[in-house]
Amino acid sequence: MTLEIKSDQTINLEGLLCPIPVVKVSQAIKNMAVGGVLEATATDPGVLLDIPAWVKSTGNELLSIKKEDKLIRFFIKRTK
Amino acid sequence: MKDGNGVTLVVLSGDMDKVMAAFNIAIGSAAAGKNSAMFFTFWGLKAIQKGNLTGKSFFARMMGLLNRGGINRIGPSRFNFGGIGRWMFKQMMNAHRITPLEELRKTAIELGVKFMPCQMSMEVMEIRREDLIDEVGEPCGVATMLEEAFNSGATFFI
Repeated sequence: MTLEIKSDQTINLEGLLCPIPVVKVSQAIKNMAVGGVLEATATDPGVLLDIPAWVKSTGNELLSIKKEDKLIRFFIKRTK
Repeated sequence: MKDGNGVTLVVLSGDMDKVMAAFNIAIGSAAAGKNSAMFFTFWGLKAIQKGNLTGKSFFARMMGLLNRGGINRIGPSRFNFGGIGRWMFKQMMNAHRITPLEELRKTAIELGVKFMPCQMSMEVMEIRREDLIDEVGEPCGVATMLEEAFNSGATFFI
């Protein structure tokens, strides 16, 4: 059984490369309420390291990041 | 300067690849909510020039012609072959859907990256404030750049 994460907003980062995914994520998070969850899909394998690093430097929370075949899906919770 | 752990970049190079790396770092820092400042000096000024011909004296005009600025005119640091390399790089970047340099610069501006042009190198090469894009700050010197650097978590020289 997998735990479903409910997201408040979804963005598509497929085909985008560094540094655009973090830019789009930061813009989306900025427009969300604290406690909101952002869901994103990407194809750049770089995000597997970049998103956890971005979350660490901004103090937000990474709920999940998973590679599903070629697609990478992640959930970030805005914490402040 | 409000944050204390952003980045300061000294952009001396005017090559497409190096300028691209510089904008990338500045954008990454800004996207993490940190302060970012870029100090453009010597060849780096080309990245923030409008692209018109510059200079008044004979030497400066010659330099303005041979070393013409403008973000879409700069070539890679290797394999430029008089502009063929630049064209090739643009095709390759396009094929891989890499954000073009001008778009990167726009993103940096939108994210609030501070652009500081070097007064001294502008003087030497006879580049005027009006030869630079409107978004740059006032031309300044080493003390202003260092004030940013002292307040940053990291400083890069590119």
